Parts: sequence; structure tokens; C-alpha cells
Amino acid sequence: MQRILIANRGEIALRIIKTCTEMGIETIAVYSDADQDMPFVKAATKAVYIGDSPVNKSYLQVENILQAAISERADGIHPGYGFLSENPQFAEKVSEAGITFIGPDSNTIQLMGDKIVSRHVMESAEVPVVPGSSGIKSKEEAISVAYEIGFPVMLKASSGGGGIGMVLCENEETIVKNFDSIRTRAKAYFGSDAVFIEKYIPNARHIEVQIFGDNYGNVIHLFERDCSIQRRHQKVVEESPSPFMSEEGRLKLYETAIKAAKAVNYKNAGTIEFIVDENENFYFLEMNTRLQVEHPVTEQVTGLDLVKWQILVSRGKQLPLSQHEIVSKCHAIEFRLYAEDPVRFLPSPGKITKLKWEDSEGIRVDSGYTENGTVTPFYDPMIAKCIFYGVSRQESLSKAVKFFNHIQIEGIKTNAPLFQKILTSDDFQKGNYTTGFLSKL
Amino acid sequence: MKEVTATMAGTVLNIFVSNGDSVSINQEVIMIESMKMEIPIESTFEGVVKNLKVNIGDFVNEGDVLVELE
Repeated sequence: MQRILIANRGEIALRIIKTCTEMGIETIAVYSDADQDMPFVKAATKAVYIGDSPVNKSYLQVENILQAAISERADGIHPGYGFLSENPQFAEKVSEAGITFIGPDSNTIQLMGDKIVSRHVMESAEVPVVPGSSGIKSKEEAISVAYEIGFPVMLKASSGGGGIGMVLCENEETIVKNFDSIRTRAKAYFGSDAVFIEKYIPNARHIEVQIFGDNYGNVIHLFERDCSIQRRHQKVVEESPSPFMSEEGRLKLYETAIKAAKAVNYKNAGTIEFIVDENENFYFLEMNTRLQVEHPVTEQVTGLDLVKWQILVSRGKQLPLSQHEIVSKCHAIEFRLYAEDPVRFLPSPGKITKLKWEDSEGIRVDSGYTENGTVTPFYDPMIAKCIFYGVSRQESLSKAVKFFNHIQIEGIKTNAPLFQKILTSDDFQKGNYTTGFLSKL
Repeated sequence: MKEVTATMAGTVLNIFVSNGDSVSINQEVIMIESMKMEIPIESTFEGVVKNLKVNIGDFVNEGDVLVELE
């Protein structure tokens, strides 16, 4: 691969361009009307316009993106995260066009993209899954299944993701109230109205394991990331190692993640998400068949470049290192800086009139914007990922405190004040937090 | 004419009212998805739904009329 098209935008497009440049690979950016002045468009070797601002007219336009790749003679496509990254038809069409899709096989994407199917796959591989159901056809069935499993339960869209398409049901009435609307929403948002029920696990932590596979059956893990700090089921802070898991629990988690990845003959970068209860019992939640937003946390603790590994594996190379050569050397934590009201969590698009932070050792900022850039209402509101790392958790946290006390952002509202609040919380400092942390802060 | 407009650009995810329905102030009439968040649009008027201007899946811009009331 010598010319890679990046079917994405913002910080992740820049992130991929960086590694490609280091590897001597040319890059092709694709962009919409709203994004024409974005830094990633300028950073790529070449940029191709693909359509209007709304995502279904640009970044989800399979044909336009394929056309751009073909006319620019791209020999690889990196999908980034979101958009088409977990769309099996896209992966298939890329391969059919004779272009390398930088990710797993399309049938693996398909299998893991359907939550009901992936639960079955994992169960038969003896990976523990959250007690739950298969596909549910009616309100009545949902209620009877919920009584069988025991309330509270989560009602989920099988094709859901990114925190959209799930609702906590504490009793029969909440199921009645939400059943139709979750199906309508799932249909509108994901194109499928299949739903299922899972037992709700209280005081849970959301801990995931980064895994990597190659075309020769090798699968390794790259440790865990604790992503329990969430708002509306969307991650806000991620760290590694998890401050909660014991050494023994951690090893069991890695072992299970590898078992899960091997069960689907996994190739390239992937993440197994687990929900972990108070007693360190853990259950498979879902597998993300792509590079994660929070991959820099893993890169900082291991010192590895995951995008480079993705490209190497896609070229048919073996994994560059074996399990015993991969070490977690430090602690790292990432904060997702969003253009949003820190109190009401509503998006806050607009022009960023000032964007300044202090760069120093142990700080990595993956930003999609520069000063005077505009956050438009068409895409995810993330402006930048701020990653802090040090020999201890305490060291990373003190760097984060200093950083957010000094960062200057004007023109838009951001959630930086929320980070200051999180960082000064006693429970957070002690590593004592679950997915309910933000709603009680 | 009383009009309920979009407070943000986004995709119409759900419509909670139909023609002829009575709507009260602050009642959620439409759910928009914008920047990966669900944003409820509430009616700023009391009235009866006369015309639904959008369908589920439509993309709307800030200020677009979503529902007309009388």
C-alpha cells in the first residue's frame, strides 16, 4: 500500500495521516462542504470533495468514496471510527474494487455488528455474556422475558452503538412506554428495528481490552482501558490500567478477550467490551471491529503505534511483536473534549476564537481543530482528545489538573469545566467510580 | 401561525404528535439527533397540530419549521 484514502474526518483523519507520512505513504482525504477548511483536508497529500454536509450525503456515501479512491488510485482505505468503519457492505465493496480495506474481514464486521448474533457467537465460544434474550418481537414478549430475567433490564437495539438505542427499564410500565419508540429510533438511526433484552448490572464498570490479530491466526492483547466515566452511555474519560481490577481479574479478562477474538478468527485492531460487576465478574458486551477513539491510551502505555500495526497487518505482515514482548509501561488517561454545555450536555457548535494549551512532557493532544476553526452541527462534537501519561496514575492526573486549569478555549462552550470537577472528586482520585459516576457528580 | 422550529441542525429521529393532536407548552413534539445526541424539541405554544412539515429521517437546519399549530 502506497496511497491510502481516509474515509473519515477531524482528529482521526489527522491521526492516520501522521502515521502514513512517517511510513512514506501518500494520503487522500475526503471532505464535505462543511469541512472544506478543516486541518485534515490540508494535511493530506490530496483532498477530494464528496458531497453536502449531512453525513448521509458525504461521509456515508459509499459510491462517492469508492469513486474518489478509484480515480485517485488509492490502494488502501482506512475507515477510522464511526461512519462506514463497521459497515460490512462497505468493506466488501472496497475489496471488490481491488482496494485493501484496513480492518477485519467483512463477515467478521457483520457478525459482530449484530448484537444478538454476537451474543450467540460468544456464548458458544464459552465467553460469558450478560444474561439476556434473543430477538424480541412484541411488547408482550419483552415483558415476559423481563420477568424471567428479573428487573431492572436494558432494552437494546441489536444494531445500536455510540450510546444510542438503549433504555433502562425498571418495571413493566417502562417497557410499555419505551418499546415502540426504541424500535422507531433504531429503525431511523441504524436501519434495523431488532431489539433484545439484557439484565441490568448495577454499579458496573465498563472495561475493554484492545486486541490485535493477523492473517496467520496470531492474536494478542494490549491490556485494558477502563471507560466507566460516561454520559448517556457515551465515553468521556478512559484510562489504563483500570484502577479497579485486581491483577488476577485483569489476567482473566485478557485471556477471555483473546478467546473471544479467536472465536471469530479476528484480524487487525479490535476491542472487546466487557461489563464488570462489583465482584469483578465480567460479561461480554460487544466487540468493536475497528480502531477505537480511545486508542491513544493504549499507545501511550505500550509505546506502540496502532495505526502502523493496522497497515502492516493489512499488508499481510505478521504481528510485529509477540505477547511477551508487549509491556504496559505506565499509566495513561484520555479526556474527550467536546463542544458542549458542561451542565446540560447539549452540543455547542460555533467558531473557536481561541484554542490554546500548554504542551509539555507527558501530554498528548489529538485535536481535529485549530484556532479560528468552526465546529459545525453536522458531526460528532468532539474537538480534541487530551491524553496524559506518567509512571503512576497520580502523575497523569496531576498533569491533567494543570492542563485543564490553563487551557484557553473561547467562542464555544466545552466540557473542560466538567473535567475539573471530575479530577477534584475524591472518589475519582481514589479510582472509585462506576458508569453511574457522572449522573451523581 | 404558531410554528415549532428546530433549535439545532440535525436528523429527525422521532415525531411524537400527529395532525389534530392538542399540544401544550413544553410538550416534546419531535426528537432530533444532532452531533450524536438526542435533542428533544418542545413546543413553545399551546395549540392543535395542523401540519407536520417533516418526516422521520429528514435533515433539518436550525430555524426550520417542524410543526405548524393553530
